[in-house]
Amino acid sequence: MKSLLRIFAIMRKEFLQLSRDRLTFGMIVGIPLIQLLMFGYAINTDVRNLSAAYVDEAETHLSRQFVSELTATQVIDLQHRAASLQELNALMDAGRISIGIFIPDDFDRRLISRSREIAQLLVDGTDPIILGVAQQLTAAPIAFDSQQQANQQSRILVRNYYNPERRSAVNIVPGLVGVILTMTMVLFTAVAIVRERERGNLEFLINTPVKTPELMLGKIFPYIVIGLLQLIIILSLGRYFFEVPIRGEYLHILLASLLFIATNLSLGLLMSTLATTQFQAMQMTFFILLPSILLSGFMFPFDGMPPLAQAIAEVLPLTHFNRLIRGIILRGADILTMWDELVALGVFMVVALVLSIARFSKRLD
Amino acid sequence: MADFDYAIQARGLTKQFGSLVAVNNVDLEVPTGKIYGFLGPNGCGKSTTIRMLCGLLTPTSGSATVLGLDTRKDAEALKQKIGYMTQKFSLFEDLTVRENLEFVSTIYTLDGPTRKVRVAELLAEFDLADRSKQFAGTLSGGQKQRLALAAATLHRPSILFLDEPTSAVDPQNRRDFWETLFELADQGATILVSTHYMDEAARCHNLAILDQGVKVADGSPKQLGEEISSQVIEVVAQDPNAARNSLCNEPAITSITQLGIRLRVLMPKRQSNAVQLVQNKLAESGIEAEVEAVFPDLEDVFVAVTELRRLEEAGRQKQRGATA
Repeated sequence: MKSLLRIFAIMRKEFLQLSRDRLTFGMIVGIPLIQLLMFGYAINTDVRNLSAAYVDEAETHLSRQFVSELTATQVIDLQHRAASLQELNALMDAGRISIGIFIPDDFDRRLISRSREIAQLLVDGTDPIILGVAQQLTAAPIAFDSQQQANQQSRILVRNYYNPERRSAVNIVPGLVGVILTMTMVLFTAVAIVRERERGNLEFLINTPVKTPELMLGKIFPYIVIGLLQLIIILSLGRYFFEVPIRGEYLHILLASLLFIATNLSLGLLMSTLATTQFQAMQMTFFILLPSILLSGFMFPFDGMPPLAQAIAEVLPLTHFNRLIRGIILRGADILTMWDELVALGVFMVVALVLSIARFSKRLD
Repeated sequence: MADFDYAIQARGLTKQFGSLVAVNNVDLEVPTGKIYGFLGPNGCGKSTTIRMLCGLLTPTSGSATVLGLDTRKDAEALKQKIGYMTQKFSLFEDLTVRENLEFVSTIYTLDGPTRKVRVAELLAEFDLADRSKQFAGTLSGGQKQRLALAAATLHRPSILFLDEPTSAVDPQNRRDFWETLFELADQGATILVSTHYMDEAARCHNLAILDQGVKVADGSPKQLGEEISSQVIEVVAQDPNAARNSLCNEPAITSITQLGIRLRVLMPKRQSNAVQLVQNKLAESGIEAEVEAVFPDLEDVFVAVTELRRLEEAGRQKQRGATA
């Protein structure tokens, strides 16, 4: 009873302080908004309108048709017609174009003979995504001979599950839930406690009868509410602005997110017991945040990573949460079919919480 | 209240931070219901000693009992019974005065109705009622200090630890503050207060002088003056600087402190004819001055005991150098 009263006292104080801290309050709403707009609009792995130039040495009816069909794919944005291959190379070197198309003077003959390549695609390979997109061009139909087109058609049919329009937002928005929660939850709790230490409040607090777990729980709870608030912001924007389909149960999303929020808060607490200044706490947050963004499967597919990176990814909570949240939101999966991810998050939370309670001493030495 | 003759007892209290010995083998006996002062310069170990007595720091060696509770083993039980006012304002600057007190009353789990009454009581008692809606961060030094004391006494602790409570407060507020302390002591609270102001130390019932972590003297202010191992000669000269220069080479003199046109000259008690000695010295340089032996005040005591220790320390080091 007394314990509950003390937890309540800490919580109430925390809410009061939060409501007066405009910067933090702004970050609670601002970070999800900015990130969502940034990632939702700017990051697009389905690239279109790559700047391109071409050299047409054939100048035939067919070569012109070929060029216009490539343009029609919308993959490239033809900006120049270069006079020679040299000029094409120069444009590429200068970074003016990322794709160059070279049509040799015997284009028509090559097209008919079928044994030789009809044209050359010069691709700026420094960005693998562009290289991947350029592959699409090779599949462009060349319609002068319907017979040939039929032959060229692939014998394997690709069926795009869950994201038929190939929109990046569908992949990114659910992933952003985890990234934003990691960023804000870990940082807020770590800073909240270190700030009290810096300001001297902690010396007062540890001299009162409040117990360590009471202090920790009272500090964590308000941030759970904030985490849920952010979840609502991201999902509703994602749903109505980026038209991300939510196929799973809302209850399952809530459960997975709650567990993840609690895990991050525990991590933040653990950091607050390691850092002595707010600046250190921030540095430590980035130490977790950066690998989380890069390795968790948010940016790059987990399967494509080398074994070492995969091993690191497995010990990041975000990796497990990304599998959960994408599963629930995009595939409509039942949370229980991914019980192993839940267990992983639970283990993280318990370990971090136990460690931080053990490390947080009500003494100053 | 008078369950113990001594509210605080410490034996050989020592705290080391790495190679630095912050508090060195300090024995303390603080009588119940009295105001006990810690006098010493910054960094002498006052705060560290207070923190050890509160159970915030674990002593490297030695032990202390506060209200019969061991500070190592019973630190948690102790927290309900002691009040602690930190050197730096440690309440929440972004909460109002009332919110701060309400928070503290909830943390100490006072029951609902008592909480309200107690907060109102304290607001009135510490003259904060018309500031109750002001943020603590915008209070003046004196108001902050009153709020901190109100928070420290909210749960009616038997012992109050005050770590340099008046360091950011003007003289008028300091006087008022001490009035409050005496009232609290009258109500039966034991108060341990650290300070580097001589006038404050002189108001304590008892005090201990700390220097570089060592307790160099303790007793009532009067006792300390009587038991001092130095004698004090006061020199009043028109040109105190010249007087000082003529005296500073005399090996028998341990220290000279100038106060306006007065010089307070300290010499070991064993030195006979001290007044004569000073008069002769001044006459040699042709300086006119009144010279008389006076009763040592607290500042003299402080200078005497700390100087003595430094001299001893220097002597010991010289010896060590000679044997090596």
